[in-house]
Amino acid sequence: MENKKFKLVDIIFETEGCDVGVVLDRVLKRTPDDIIMDMIDSGLRGRGGAGFPTGLKWKFTRSESAYDKYIICNADEGEPGTFKDREILEKVPMKVFTGMAIAGYAIDAKEGFIYIRGEYRFLQKKLQSQIDEFNQMLENKGLDFKIALRWGSGAYICGEESALFESMEGKRGEPRNKPPYPTVAGFRNKPTVINNVETLVYATMINKYGADKFKELGTRDSRGSKVFSVSGDTPKAGIYELEMGLQVSEFVKEFGDGDTKAVQIGGAGGTCVPRKKFEDMIIGYEGVPTGGSMMIFNSSRSMYNVLHDYLEFFAEESCGQCTPCRVGCQQLLKGIEAVKRGERPPSYLDDLKSLAASMKIASKCGLGQSVANPFSTIIDNFREEVIY
Amino acid sequence: MGKFEVNLKINNIPVTVEEGTTILDAAKKLNFRIPTLCHHSDLCVAGNCRVCVVEQKGAKALPAACATPVSEGMDISTNSAQVRTARRHVIELLLSEHRSECTSCYKNGKCELQDLANEYRVNETTFMKLVENKGYTIDDFSPSIIKDDSKCIRCQRCVRTCTEMQSVSALAVVNKGEHQKIATFMNKPMHSVVCTNCGQCVTHCPTGALIEKNYIDQVWDVINNPELHVVVQTAPAVRIGLGESLDLSPGNRVTGKMVSALRRLGFDSVLDTDFTADLTILEEGTELLTRLKKALVDKDTETALPMTTSCSPGWVKFIEHKYPELLPNVSTCKSPQQMFGALAKTFYAQKKGLKAEKVVSISIMPCTAKKYEANRPEMRDSGFQDVDYVLTTRELAMMIRQAGIEFASLPNEKYDSIMGDSSGAAVIFGATGGVMEAALRTAYEIVTGREVPFENLDILPVRGLEGVKEAKVLIENVKPEWGFLEGAELSCAIAHGLANAKILMDKVKSGEMSYHFIEIMACPGGCLGGGGQPIPVNNEIREARMKAIYEEDSSLKIRKSHENPEVIALYEQFLGEPLGHKSHELLHTHYTGRKKY
Ligand SMILES: Cc1cc2nc3c(=O)[nH]c(=O)nc-3n(C[C@H](O)[C@H](O)[C@H](O)COP(=O)(O)O)c2cc1C
Ligand code: SF4
Ligand code: SF4
Ligand code: SF4
Ligand code: SF4
Ligand code: FES
Repeated sequence: MENKKFKLVDIIFETEGCDVGVVLDRVLKRTPDDIIMDMIDSGLRGRGGAGFPTGLKWKFTRSESAYDKYIICNADEGEPGTFKDREILEKVPMKVFTGMAIAGYAIDAKEGFIYIRGEYRFLQKKLQSQIDEFNQMLENKGLDFKIALRWGSGAYICGEESALFESMEGKRGEPRNKPPYPTVAGFRNKPTVINNVETLVYATMINKYGADKFKELGTRDSRGSKVFSVSGDTPKAGIYELEMGLQVSEFVKEFGDGDTKAVQIGGAGGTCVPRKKFEDMIIGYEGVPTGGSMMIFNSSRSMYNVLHDYLEFFAEESCGQCTPCRVGCQQLLKGIEAVKRGERPPSYLDDLKSLAASMKIASKCGLGQSVANPFSTIIDNFREEVIY
Repeated sequence: MGKFEVNLKINNIPVTVEEGTTILDAAKKLNFRIPTLCHHSDLCVAGNCRVCVVEQKGAKALPAACATPVSEGMDISTNSAQVRTARRHVIELLLSEHRSECTSCYKNGKCELQDLANEYRVNETTFMKLVENKGYTIDDFSPSIIKDDSKCIRCQRCVRTCTEMQSVSALAVVNKGEHQKIATFMNKPMHSVVCTNCGQCVTHCPTGALIEKNYIDQVWDVINNPELHVVVQTAPAVRIGLGESLDLSPGNRVTGKMVSALRRLGFDSVLDTDFTADLTILEEGTELLTRLKKALVDKDTETALPMTTSCSPGWVKFIEHKYPELLPNVSTCKSPQQMFGALAKTFYAQKKGLKAEKVVSISIMPCTAKKYEANRPEMRDSGFQDVDYVLTTRELAMMIRQAGIEFASLPNEKYDSIMGDSSGAAVIFGATGGVMEAALRTAYEIVTGREVPFENLDILPVRGLEGVKEAKVLIENVKPEWGFLEGAELSCAIAHGLANAKILMDKVKSGEMSYHFIEIMACPGGCLGGGGQPIPVNNEIREARMKAIYEEDSSLKIRKSHENPEVIALYEQFLGEPLGHKSHELLHTHYTGRKKY
């Protein structure tokens, strides 16, 4: 496994010399197929968490013959410990819009929407005027594409793409059955490209610098760089763009407070990496994938409390429609409480792990499917802390 | 364009099915049953209970068989160790949220959750019981339906039923996560929201969370009281449904056995709602002809057309909520149940020399809305509550079981008199299009003196399960007194299921379509698919029941309402004439506009 040394990168927030108008002009001179080929070649994978190859997503959507197609920028950013999309939208909004316009050009969509977290209302005025300005620029360039804002209302599940479409359609935000996937039937059941805020900025930058430049960074399966939201027991909480493929130990060396016991990578639904595995794990698709959330815990933290918090979050934020997730989350939560109180034997944790395994394969969407990640990794690595 | 074929393997057996088929249906083709809970063939796919998960070779997660279309080369296992564990977990999780009290539960023995728990031999103590912290409530304010949240498995079948099939949306999913539940608007009790009491949610609920309010004990009490004279009426659709709740297959006509069972239960007189169905035809047919005359000849702009039927109380409440401005279009005729009730404590009591207060009138209905209807304040024209208790087909079956009556071997007996005679026209009230057909058989003959011009009296265009049906009948060579109808084309429409009713009424309201007469039944298929009928129900079962209804019609000697001898006698001895003074007093009613939520 290749692994990378710590390296700060400045692509996402780079503003110098980045005239999005110039990038767009270059894009519009090329064919949509060429743009998509480049995206595939770059190896860019979605930065929202699931890591689907962006170029392929665009290609699939392009190959659908529907008249109406949509581009959606997922700015719901509900994952605990993630706060990068807000920063990106505040600092480099034009690069996000440009990514949407490029995607629109590539798949032949005329409308794009930014579905943004309700808590980011304070951005509304500024963002709207920037969108207006951008739409005007597109009109001047003769590109038939318009962007509009849509507001979420605070449910974590509405960041899941199909629940997001439901929410945008004015319905209850519940994930849909898949297939069909968004590339075939997304918003209003039309072919839709949905990408994370950060993914769209990389799309812009790949079109600025070329795929090769992007490929120079990262590893074979995890090309490029990524924005991380670093929080927890760290003297340097904040947002950092780092090369992909970084070894966890390198990360801890840079951001830990010297007493790091574990890092939760990928938010509440991510993986807990304990100290003894820091050397074995890299941050990337061949190791531990992440949408950017990196929570650092030092030895003063009770991993029982950490897990308890996550489970409370899931029991609350599950949409509640499917059995394994709705009831499973409650059982895992009540179960560790019962073990803690001595009402159930420690061996009950194994029943719960088996339940978590069923939740992973039988839940309807990524939320229920991911609860087993923190559960199993924390139980496996910090069993004593959970029991006593 | 023909559909593509897809080849796959299920449990190592190759099978070829049409593109778009679900894994569930493909497995059915090979006689593998995959358990389901949220799935119902009447409804859109939900894929939320997850009990139907199967293993797909090469896939990380287990697809839900009900929600996943087949794809080429799929290799499915419906019973692997992983699948069994996941299913058992799902059932155990559902039970952990569930107040399991099967022995006292109304659905005991008829519950899909119980069946699955039994099949998978689940252990209810594996996981922790979550019921105590849930604050579950039971809503039993409605005269028709009880909603018990502690029995609910959140499959959303009721929500989809109420929204998709009925366009009512009285039930919705609220809250998320552990607090998610099925609720009415603002958590109000069912009787104070738009709910039409149709009971379709009840027939589609897999558990005891939605059930009819049952009045079995009250009925035993009055039967056992020697002071009281208890009459019972049976609606047209009960005789073709009842058998299903007593171990017979769908489509069995059990009229004679039902009558003998009722007698053995101890009812003093076993009578027929069909009698008042025939009466309804005379009243409603006359009302239609009168409205046509007022509108066409007298040019009375106050007369509302089209006229719609009023015998489905779910439909009546629906229009009261959704189209209060169209209430003048609803026939003022009471439903056959209520006509019967009003006559039982007047005409019948007089004839039998009984005091009205000693007559108790019970009805057996395929319907839960009839329970509500009997309790409407308008339905007391005899001076008493006209119908005292309404039982569903299912409740009657329960009473027959309680009484230890072996139904299948009962002799066929005949209804008592008076008010026990009926015609084939009354029987078909139980099927969508039946009221229309019955009305046409009579109205056409009144106006022209000849039988309707359809072979064997069968008006086929109004029959069948299509959601909205239309028919036109040309009226020619009329009797002199109906001269104004000469050459007129009577334009009729029929809808069943309130979603179809809405489609039709929106067209009427907007003026896109104009008709003279509209028949609407709240339940899909008409009363044969009513909310009080045996569970389960689906289109195959509806078809079987429908076939039985039309067989019953053809088997009867009298097939036109106006030829029912007891109805003729009723007019001679008591009512005078259709729409006469006495009719108005007892057989007609008015409606109330209601809120939209
Ligand atoms: C419970 C849940 C929450 C999610 N929330 C977000 C989110 O806030 N933002 C986001 O970009 N993706 C989120 N996703 C992932 C999206 O479903 C989707 O994969 C993503 O937007 C695709 O964009 P990408 O390919 O650019 O990553 C979430 C997924 C799940 C299962
Ligand atoms: S896994 Fe959880 S969030 Fe996803 S559909 Fe099921 S209940 Fe809803
Ligand atoms: S709903 Fe079903 S499982 Fe629940 S108590 Fe009633 S019969 Fe038993
Ligand atoms: S009885 Fe009918 S209207 Fe009322 S909630 Fe059930 S399905 Fe909806
Ligand atoms: S009330 Fe019945 S149909 Fe409705 S969600 Fe609950 S169990 Fe399912
Ligand atoms: S029956 Fe398939 S998910 Fe419920």
